[in-house]
Amino acid sequence: MLLELKIMKDSIVIIGGGIAGLEAAKQLLTLGYTPIIVEKSDHLGGHVAGWNRLFPDMAPAQEIVAKMIKDVEGANIFLETEIISSNKLGNTYIVNLSNGVTIRTKAILIATGFELFDAHKKEEYGYGIYNQVMTNQDLEKWFNTSVDSRIGGKEIRKIGFVHCVGSRDVKAGNSQCSKVCCVTAIKQAIEMKQEFPDAEIYCFYMDLRLFGKKYEDFYINAQKDYGIHFIRGRVSEVSENIEGRLLVKAEDTLSGKPLKVTLDLLVLMAGMVCNQDGSKMASMLRLETDSDGFLRSKDNVCNIVESNRHGIFYAGACTGTKTVPETISEARAAALMIHNYINE
Amino acid sequence: MAMNFGFKLCPSSALNLDKIDTSLYDKLVEMEPDARICMACGSCSATCTASQFSGMSVRKVLLDIQRGKEKEAAAMLRNCMLCGKCTMVCPRGINTRHLILSLCRIYDNKEEQK
Ligand SMILES: Cc1cc2nc3c(=O)[nH]c(=O)nc-3n(C[C@H](O)[C@H](O)[C@H](O)COP(=O)(O)OP(=O)(O)OC[C@H]3O[C@@H](n4cnc5c(N)ncnc54)[C@H](O)[C@@H]3O)c2cc1C
Ligand code: SF4
Ligand code: SF4
Ligand code: SF4
Repeated sequence: MLLELKIMKDSIVIIGGGIAGLEAAKQLLTLGYTPIIVEKSDHLGGHVAGWNRLFPDMAPAQEIVAKMIKDVEGANIFLETEIISSNKLGNTYIVNLSNGVTIRTKAILIATGFELFDAHKKEEYGYGIYNQVMTNQDLEKWFNTSVDSRIGGKEIRKIGFVHCVGSRDVKAGNSQCSKVCCVTAIKQAIEMKQEFPDAEIYCFYMDLRLFGKKYEDFYINAQKDYGIHFIRGRVSEVSENIEGRLLVKAEDTLSGKPLKVTLDLLVLMAGMVCNQDGSKMASMLRLETDSDGFLRSKDNVCNIVESNRHGIFYAGACTGTKTVPETISEARAAALMIHNYINE
Repeated sequence: MAMNFGFKLCPSSALNLDKIDTSLYDKLVEMEPDARICMACGSCSATCTASQFSGMSVRKVLLDIQRGKEKEAAAMLRNCMLCGKCTMVCPRGINTRHLILSLCRIYDNKEEQK
């Protein structure tokens, strides 16, 4: 009987319950498998669960995540759980979880995502030192909750956004471009202008990398409709003055002159970097990392969702910086590759 | 006679965005909203016939005005022959020739008011 066949079908272990893991689980359910999501935190949705509105169409992140969670009702979900060991026997993996459960599976999908660069490491920007400095992640949280001591209870006349924090920074250990933060900066600059219409807003950039669908339009809108100022130059130092405002220094490289400005709020575009936890787990599974620290795909052109080991697949930001639509497409691709692999 | 110390003090060339006067830029944007969408690509300057002889550059004029440097911008504008080549190449579709005329008009009004 078809129904029975469906129930009999294999379980697939998915490590990471962000949007990559959720979307893959949904597709695997449709294909008749039993996905088991192993998520180390106490909630599903990963980073996107912490965002407010998503570029390029300002879609509400909370609703998207809620729908994705609803779509995987049939899956087994273990929260606050991690893999502690795994062995390969023939063509099956025996996976031991931290909650004592052991699973036999033919395929493992890694969807452990990324980590946000720790902005404390760029001391010259004053994160954690001055109470007017926040990250892109903190600002998304403020959009969701309206609570943050760095914004509430004071006049906001001037806001700065610093691009490439911890990205394109060999000294910080990340030579790669984090890809999503130029458009995130512009999105957040527009949102802040809507919140504080009288504020002057400055984006300090090295290059503007607006590669995706409609991203350049965001840039033009930010200039034309919101009067956001774009200053080409990397912020070199930030200090607090006696009034408790921030003095920011950069070079205005277009005029070739040093530039300074006093701000009430500075938002750091911390980049997407490889997830240390994911890398540890990967080495346990004898997977390799690529030169950028992210997990190494079989190749970076035709086989991004495949690893160098039979039966282990990838989806989403664990192999590099990805947008939400890219992550979702990869999750679908990975589900299909797993299906093909099992039916080989 | 002034004392010679063997060195001179130069005024700082640093730009202080807190102190610059952007009234000219604000006026320009009112008349020519597209002044805001320049992306500093430099096509206008590269194609400008006056550029190689005089350093004329629409890009620099726009930047100077944003940075409150009215005099520098005015000096540069005098070299423009209004040929319109820059308008032809601007990828953002800014009517730069029209913009230059508007800017001249603002400068003229200022002169008259004096
Ligand atoms: C500030 C910011 C704003 C963004 N805004 C947008 C936007 O507007 N539009 C857009 O398209 N993209 C946006 N992005 C990109 C988007 O966040 C990513 O595309 C998306 O989060 C990738 O999803 P993921 O599931 O691969 O990874 P993640 O979201 O990182 O999820 C990974 C999950 O795996 C779990 N995990 C990690 N390690 C383990 C482990 N060892 N064991 C078990 N579980 C583990 C984590 O807890 C997490 O739940 C933004 C990114 C940033 C930094
Ligand atoms: S996307 Fe933009 S801000 Fe982010 S690292 Fe690349 S250039 Fe820098
Ligand atoms: S209109 Fe003026 S600025 Fe434009 S190309 Fe001609 S001379 Fe140069
Ligand atoms: S060609 Fe247009 S966009 Fe490019 S610098 Fe000149 S005015 Fe700006």
